Amino acid sequence: MSAPEFKNPVIRWIDYRLPVFSFMHHELNEYPTPRNLSYWWNFGSLAGIVLVVMIATGIVLAMHYTPHTAFAFESVERIMRDVNYGWLIRYLHMNGASAFFIVVFIHIFRGLYYGSYKSPRELLWIIGVVILLTMMATAFLGYVLPWGQMSFWGATVITNLFSAIPLIGEPIVTWLWGGFSVDNPTLNRFFSLHYLLPFVLVGVVIVHLMALHQHGSGNPVGIDTKGPQDSIPFHPYYTVKDMFGTGVFFLVYLWFVFYAPNFFGEPDNYIEANPLQTPPHIVPEWYFLPFYAILRAFTDDYPVYSWFLSWLMSAKLAGVIAMFGSILVLFFLPWLDRSPVRSARFRPLYRQFFWLLLIDCFVLGWVGANPAEGHFIWIGQVATTYYFAHFLVIVPLLGIFEKPRPLPTSIGEPVLKGGGGSTASAAARPMEKA
Amino acid sequence: MMRNAILAACVAALTAVASTASFAAEAVKIPNQEWTFDGLFGTFDRGALQRGFQVYNNVCAACHSLRLVAYRNLQEIGFSEDQVKEIAAAKETTDGPNDAGEMFQRPARPSDKFVSPFPNDNAARAANNGAFPPDLSLMVKARKGGVDYLHALMTGYKEPPPGVTVPEGMSYNAYFPGHAIAMPPPLSEGGVEYADKTKATVDQMSRDVSTFLAWAAEPEMEARKRLGVKVLLFLLILTGMLYAVKRKVWKDVKH
Amino acid sequence: MASSADTTAPGGREDGETRRDFLYLATAAFGAVGVGAAVWPLIDQMNPAADTLAASTTEVNLEPIQPGQRVTITWRGKPVFIARRTPQQIEAARQVQMGQLIDPQPDAERVKEGKEEWLVVVGVCTHLGCIPLGQKSGEQLGDYKGWFCPCHGSHYDTSGRIRRGPAPLNLEVPEYTFLTDTQIRIG
Repeated sequence: MSAPEFKNPVIRWIDYRLPVFSFMHHELNEYPTPRNLSYWWNFGSLAGIVLVVMIATGIVLAMHYTPHTAFAFESVERIMRDVNYGWLIRYLHMNGASAFFIVVFIHIFRGLYYGSYKSPRELLWIIGVVILLTMMATAFLGYVLPWGQMSFWGATVITNLFSAIPLIGEPIVTWLWGGFSVDNPTLNRFFSLHYLLPFVLVGVVIVHLMALHQHGSGNPVGIDTKGPQDSIPFHPYYTVKDMFGTGVFFLVYLWFVFYAPNFFGEPDNYIEANPLQTPPHIVPEWYFLPFYAILRAFTDDYPVYSWFLSWLMSAKLAGVIAMFGSILVLFFLPWLDRSPVRSARFRPLYRQFFWLLLIDCFVLGWVGANPAEGHFIWIGQVATTYYFAHFLVIVPLLGIFEKPRPLPTSIGEPVLKGGGGSTASAAARPMEKA
Repeated sequence: MMRNAILAACVAALTAVASTASFAAEAVKIPNQEWTFDGLFGTFDRGALQRGFQVYNNVCAACHSLRLVAYRNLQEIGFSEDQVKEIAAAKETTDGPNDAGEMFQRPARPSDKFVSPFPNDNAARAANNGAFPPDLSLMVKARKGGVDYLHALMTGYKEPPPGVTVPEGMSYNAYFPGHAIAMPPPLSEGGVEYADKTKATVDQMSRDVSTFLAWAAEPEMEARKRLGVKVLLFLLILTGMLYAVKRKVWKDVKH
Repeated sequence: MASSADTTAPGGREDGETRRDFLYLATAAFGAVGVGAAVWPLIDQMNPAADTLAASTTEVNLEPIQPGQRVTITWRGKPVFIARRTPQQIEAARQVQMGQLIDPQPDAERVKEGKEEWLVVVGVCTHLGCIPLGQKSGEQLGDYKGWFCPCHGSHYDTSGRIRRGPAPLNLEVPEYTFLTDTQIRIG
């Protein structure tokens, strides 16, 4: 289908001067999408929808919130008690953050499983990691705003980390704080930045979609679309499927909002911040727990650490580097994974390690939720080592030594022949150009 | 793939449960209670709320503030406008400055928040041997175990087990983390004369004030659950329809 | 809140067929209702919150106010003048002919029956919003012995009506009721 002739003269008038409608038609109605996408491909659009929900609820909350240490906590309670539907908007925003991370984590693991990061989608993947980093920064800033005990102490712990940077660490922390501890100047600037970053996020998401549309979506079989027989137009097929997926998502999300709104939260954050009293257990929000575990895996006294690194840097700095490194390593994944086969469906060894990685991430999260004592310490260290081993050792080796299963000749072939499934009819073809 | 995904979800759930369980290892298991406001359709028992308010007003308010609740909110638990005015006017609050530049005391109005027993935190500590009686407006949400924990705490005062000593000025409590709590047992048999003539046992008063505090922390709960039923039912139907639409649109596509 | 279903009902029939399947239409309609319901809280939250509404009525005890005395209270963020008029002030207000008034209104319409000594008006000049003088002893009352607005020279009489100057309307009488003989509720 080529450029459509719009019937409506108003639309034609606008489109001639600013081709929004042609653009939408091309990118939505015509846009060829692999016909075999599974429901794991719904999570990208879900993430976009959650972002919209977060911005809408956030802007509205900002109409009632006061970013001053003397009033912040109370202003949030005013929203909960006095503002019309304030409790609903606040709980939507609070649980929306958790929903955002759940959706994005699933989206990322989908990418890991199906090789979505491989050529020609390396940049798409990297932009995605940038999105993840921006989300994490936004969430961190946002959690400080209610000015509860966890808000304050979480901010104190994480901003203090920057003091580990050699030479310029302390001045940087003072600069971040705007003072000598987390206090009103910190809160005020965190509010400003928390309002800003989501719009930066929108920009990055647009770039992410531009990169996506260059070469189109990957698919469960990991083979390029060869022609129109492998694709279907995005609209109405995937618009409708996305809408259904959105309905299911909202059912789960709103269940939490209405019936378990504090499930993902910490009771301590319903206590107003007290700089003179540290809570017995400082825990970040659940989506930061694995990174928190990696951060705390480096302890000055533990031989494993001190043998290798103590001469070079403090345990604190090593922990910080490792924590950021755990995300940075994702940037390099397209080059660490040399396998020409995209989808784990045809990579029997990689598939096992994928599940091990997933389990490892849960273990890291569990370690992060607990105090850094006793068996949690060595379990955290093993899990951290395994995490990096997966990306830096296992995946590169697999790329060289793994014998993949034979690929089908095309996407359409197993489907159109009525057979579904991944066995090929022809001899194993060397991988699609990956 | 699907099976593995379900497995992954189970692992996730397990770790979630495990992380809560490991904390519980240090605290005592809190007995599970049944409350009228539990569940999808739970509501606050108005009688319990009003009795609970009586307990708060007569017992707890001597030391604990409730500064996020306004007197006018009491109309939501069944008090009339006149009763609310009377309850408010029984307390004096600071206002001003007047034309002479002085702060003065005046009876509280329904639009005022609950008057705190102490003018500030330092005064509260000074009056309580350095211990600070926390504000109760959010206590049910601010403690792990919520309303079950509060009820257990208030009924959990007992003699320390053999070999355990409690520092001077503290009391032994079976459910307080560390077991030594600065607050002396707040409730005693018959301590409050209920307006509705219910027998004021410790257990009764504890349940009533716990219910009241659950409302104070989450006054929106009934509206939230009511709206939740409507929204989720609507969504269930809409999602079902969207599924039907999806199947219909995809009917002739081989995929 | 509900699904993001917009009203572009999908139907793969671009070939001019106008009959829309019932299912698509029904789903789109349902979805539209959901979107509307989801948007409403985002709009309603800007309406006055419960604590703002609670402050929207004020009760005033009139007992301490002597005849001839004037008192200012705050209501909804604005000053309200309460004046206990002397019989002379009431007479003066009643004597005025409607034709002499810029905003004709009999005094009886501006007070409560049986309580004519009490005048309750919003102390905001109807010209551009300044607060007229006359509440404190020693302040100018203007030529009509009521209130005088210093900003642009509006003169109000003992019934709070505009007599001379740029103000177009009489001082606003807010909604108020006598709860008892000595207690009024404004708003």
